Amino acid sequence: MSFLIPCPHCGERPQPEFAYGGNIGDDPPGTMLDPLSEDLYFNDNVAGEQFERWFHRFGCERWLVLRRDTRTNEIAESWDRVTAP
Amino acid sequence: MRLPARDGEAIDRTQTRTFTFDGKQVEAYAGDTIGSALYADGRRIFTRSFKYHRPRGLSCAAGNCAGCLMEVDGEPSVKVCTRPVEGGEVVRSQTISGSLERDPMRVVDHVGGPVTPVGFYYRLGIRPKVAWPHIERMLRRMTGLGRVGEGPAKERRSDVENRQIDVLVIGAGRSGQEAAARHAAEGKGVILVDERAEYASLAIEGVEVIAPGTALGVYEGKLVPVHADGLLYRVRAKKIVVATGAIDQPLLFDGNDLPGVMTPSAVHRLVGLWSIRPGVRAVVLAADEAADQAAELLREAGTLVVETIDLRAARQPRVKASAKRGVLAAVEIDGRKIACDLLVASAGRQPAYSLLAQSGAGVTYDAEKGIFAPDQLVEGIEAVGSVTGDGAAVLATPEGAGRRAFVCPCEDVTAKDLVRAVGEGFEDIEIAKRYTTVTMGPCQGRLCHLHSVRALARATGVGEEALGTTTARPPWQPTPLGDVGGRRLNPGKRTALHDVHKRAGASYVWTGVWRRPDHYGDAAAEIRAVHEGVGLMDVSTLGKLYVSGPDAEAFLDGVFPNRISTLKIDRVRYGIFNTESGRIIDDGTIIRVGENDYLVTTSSGGVDQVYEAFLLWIAERELRVDIVNVSGALSAVSLSGPRAREVLARVTDVDVTGEAFKFLDVRQGPVAGMPALLMRIGFLGELGYEIHFPSASAEHVWDALMAAGAEFGIVPLGVEALKALRLEKGHIIVGIDTDSETTMLECGMGPMIAWDKGEFIGNEALGRINERGADRALVGFVADALPNEGTAILVGGEVGGRVTSARRSAVSGQVIGLAYVPADLGEEGAAFELDLGEGRRGAAKVHIGAFYDPDGERMRG
Repeated sequence: MSFLIPCPHCGERPQPEFAYGGNIGDDPPGTMLDPLSEDLYFNDNVAGEQFERWFHRFGCERWLVLRRDTRTNEIAESWDRVTAP
Repeated sequence: MRLPARDGEAIDRTQTRTFTFDGKQVEAYAGDTIGSALYADGRRIFTRSFKYHRPRGLSCAAGNCAGCLMEVDGEPSVKVCTRPVEGGEVVRSQTISGSLERDPMRVVDHVGGPVTPVGFYYRLGIRPKVAWPHIERMLRRMTGLGRVGEGPAKERRSDVENRQIDVLVIGAGRSGQEAAARHAAEGKGVILVDERAEYASLAIEGVEVIAPGTALGVYEGKLVPVHADGLLYRVRAKKIVVATGAIDQPLLFDGNDLPGVMTPSAVHRLVGLWSIRPGVRAVVLAADEAADQAAELLREAGTLVVETIDLRAARQPRVKASAKRGVLAAVEIDGRKIACDLLVASAGRQPAYSLLAQSGAGVTYDAEKGIFAPDQLVEGIEAVGSVTGDGAAVLATPEGAGRRAFVCPCEDVTAKDLVRAVGEGFEDIEIAKRYTTVTMGPCQGRLCHLHSVRALARATGVGEEALGTTTARPPWQPTPLGDVGGRRLNPGKRTALHDVHKRAGASYVWTGVWRRPDHYGDAAAEIRAVHEGVGLMDVSTLGKLYVSGPDAEAFLDGVFPNRISTLKIDRVRYGIFNTESGRIIDDGTIIRVGENDYLVTTSSGGVDQVYEAFLLWIAERELRVDIVNVSGALSAVSLSGPRAREVLARVTDVDVTGEAFKFLDVRQGPVAGMPALLMRIGFLGELGYEIHFPSASAEHVWDALMAAGAEFGIVPLGVEALKALRLEKGHIIVGIDTDSETTMLECGMGPMIAWDKGEFIGNEALGRINERGADRALVGFVADALPNEGTAILVGGEVGGRVTSARRSAVSGQVIGLAYVPADLGEEGAAFELDLGEGRRGAAKVHIGAFYDPDGERMRG
């Protein structure tokens, strides 16, 4: 985990400056539990691109959204927002 | 033996240095390494091997092998062939049980073969079980490299320096230097790093040279930790040029590890850099040009080259080296014995591709050249020179090379051991590696990787390409953990009143990142003062968030489970902060200071997560709310005790009478002349005020309150008094009395929840738990013995919960505490037992409500 994150406000910064805030978007419909429990306790474990929230804790103190490939840590895009674009 | 001065030598004969080796003084020149000076001094045995305690000596002289590991100034396992002599070092031999020349543990080598085959320690002493601790202790003493001693070397931790650079070139050989110069000429910032000390004086215009320094690995984002002279550089490069060259591979034959058996590059370095005659009578087994040149160099140095055998010829000779007193004395070639003290031998050169592989490049086996070479480099990584495979080739790995033909000298693994491992079923290369520990020693595969893959490929019959290679991982060179970990950082926080507490004789305690006074000498007296007189406590550690904006009210109703919209201006209310799953993560107060302005306090450790969650909530809903974290800007004190009102009246013109300033009222006004926010709350159970004011005036306000309280016997309060006093009231401390699963419903706070106000954080989950009913309850208890925090409670002999807080009450003398019990036990007087350990039990019963002043008359009065 030493990749760089392109903060929409601060530019490229090392990942340890940021706090991970979880992935957002398409949770598949629950198969084991009700939607609330699925939502709270079952995160997708995507091998590939996903939207995720990060908080720039040691920087602008803003939430942002990234599209990151979990296999390569390549970040395709970042946005100054908190919901999936 | 030192030669007369030569052109291009790295030593400066006008400057001498001395160090001691095993107590004996050794002379060196500036430019020498500890290893070269010892070799020049006539030393041939440098260390003993890991398992068999075989003598070992300089073999590569380039920091690749483990032939020269020594302890330097207490630091174990230093490759002394690349450690420059500074002067004054205390160097000791390691991995010996006698002396370097005579080591009684050598017996393991002579008898060990059948007794201690590869992996023997997985089988030996497993049964009977009682034997294992003894056998383990014995094995530990017998094996391992060096010893971590006491003192400064053990404590040593290096600084970390972050560097950003256009181009990082790794390897200062010819190709590396060219690449560095080329990029510098283009105006790029360039760092050139090399492990070898002789490049310390290298100067290329526009290039920063770090030597000796080791690039330990290539991490994602092109981050390269470079370890150099007690510093760890974290180099973030836009581009990395790998010029790590190729490494002489050992030739496999019986006795290939003896001191006196040396690679061609070692000859180049001994003669070329340090002007040392490597030996008197030499035999050269030449697999490549480097060996031919080594033979030439030896002649120049006055060594008698008895015979040069070209291994590139079709038929490989049978070679066996033998020793006298631990050092090479003769070599037998196809049964013909030649006396010699130097045997220059290598199987050729294998590209040092490890850093490239770490960066994501592929590695393929070139059967024609007999090497693994990198291909498919990733973007931003360039390879230059022989690391690409240019000019590199390695002879075939012979079969049945001999009982003591070491594939992996670091770990004493022979070709036979690898065959045996495959026979035992360890056929996968990664598994075989872990079982035999081949490539896992101090050379990190530099010398043993290729031969071990080939030996395994042959034993499994699958071929090198199909077998593949093990994953290349950092570090590329052994590095002290203290240097990787860096200097111990103590991110401790101190309040603005820290020095005041120090002068008052505080004993400190860590609470999260904060250093807080635990007590000022007598916690019992502090507790008594609050009940009978007055006490003053620094609560500046509280998180403080200033929340304002048109949507502030709706926002707070959304993030807290209780109703905030009914909170009037100049009033304060307790609040719990939950996760979406309804679990308590923090608590604090909400203070309404204006129509659209609030101050929210959080616990000392909770402010960051609350702040981040607040910002997320606001952003998700696009609320018009602004939040300023004023935790550091404001300091705060808590003034508690029956005399608190009288003390406060002396330092403020705010009307503090009971009628004008009621419980949970908030006032703004000067305290000791400074602007302040005052609120009446009662966490400690007595009449109490919490006062917030600018941190710049913290000492002034504190001193004024202490002076005003002097006649009432005011005392400063520490964390211990706080914990004891709030326990009397049954007030929870988040993090002590709560865990990651605690809900408000378990803590008797269910009535606080405003179910009908619509969405708030955790409402769905809490609603669900409320329907189902909580499984456990956090209750007060009284007991006949004082349990530790965490003590198990027993219900009907079974564990049914645990104690979270317990103290002996200063008021009643009883043991009081908080504990989780099964929900059906949450009734006044319900009995349970405490498991006090060693079979002892204590009797306890549930107490509902506060232990002290249950109706709250003292704090409201």
